[in-house]
Amino acid sequence: MKIMLFVSDMIIPLTFIIIIGYGYLKKVNVYEVFIKGAEEGFKTVLGILPTLIGLMVAVGFLRVSGTLDLISNFLSPLCEVLGYPKEAVPLTFMRLVSSSAATGLLLDIFKNYGADSFLGRFVSIMMSSTETILYTMSVYFMCVKVTKTRYTLAGAFIANLAGILAALWITKLLF
Amino acid sequence: MLNFIWGAMIFLGVLVAVFTGKIPDLTGAALGSAQDAVNLCVKMLGIISMWTGLMSIAEKAGLIGALSEKMSPLLGFLFPDLPRKSKAVKYIATNFIANLLGIGWAATPAGIMAMQEMQKLNPKKDTATRSMCMFLIINMSSLQIVSVNIVAYRAEYLSRNPSEIIGPGLVTTLISTIVAVIFTKIFEKADAK
Repeated sequence: MKIMLFVSDMIIPLTFIIIIGYGYLKKVNVYEVFIKGAEEGFKTVLGILPTLIGLMVAVGFLRVSGTLDLISNFLSPLCEVLGYPKEAVPLTFMRLVSSSAATGLLLDIFKNYGADSFLGRFVSIMMSSTETILYTMSVYFMCVKVTKTRYTLAGAFIANLAGILAALWITKLLF
Repeated sequence: MLNFIWGAMIFLGVLVAVFTGKIPDLTGAALGSAQDAVNLCVKMLGIISMWTGLMSIAEKAGLIGALSEKMSPLLGFLFPDLPRKSKAVKYIATNFIANLLGIGWAATPAGIMAMQEMQKLNPKKDTATRSMCMFLIINMSSLQIVSVNIVAYRAEYLSRNPSEIIGPGLVTTLISTIVAVIFTKIFEKADAK
């Protein structure tokens, strides 16, 4: 645990040292190049902002109106039949839509059931093998103005489903 | 696709709010969410600009080229349409590495630049290419080796062994990514017909 945290603390400082050191070695004009690159990044983020506003407003509507709760309530009996822990249904669903909302629900489960309960362990593993589909897809596709996304959503959905089922399987196996 | 989903989300939200009696809260949700988006962007502005700045040094010094060279057999298998030495491949390599290390805020700018480079090679500008689909599906299959934030949350909630989920998490991440690649390859074949 200590080593893990130490390693993750060291990643960023080391990245700086290596890149800038390597730059000097190759006689790159490091500061000038940095400023130019930063400007590119600046423009990119400003370019995403409209997408983000549109998306977050839509998700806000769904959240506040209770639609997201409704959908997960609707899904939970179905999941129960399939042997999926129903307490984890809202989180599973939210994980694919909104990262911050999912984090809130995760902490809720930790608080109510304990981080070391079956449920706590399962959602921890599940969270680390899934990704926020909606946000990722919109930001990446909208920044290049691609509207016909073909099989991207289907593929992402299958990948996340595999991650969720694998998490359930491995939690039952290990704990 | 997104054109349809976005409108549907808003309509659905309003419709449900009529039944749940949450109509008065919708105005707040709209204004608040728009502000949240700007706040998020302002936070990202600094971090992403810093990172793209650092990355352009790495790029100029030839560091990224060397890294993507090492990943070249794998990237060649995943993205047969992209020229080996193209900028797109370099940015994809950077994005994957940042994702593996769990530096999400570093992965996003590289990913966006990769998309922009792939778009330059795209003959039909409104339609995703095979490479774009593969790239995004892998991205959304989760690549992160260690979920440091989850471990931190577990520690916060007094888990006896917060890091016990790292091993299983690694296995499940691997499974979801392999499934992602297999299915995308199948989709590619089916779509080409």
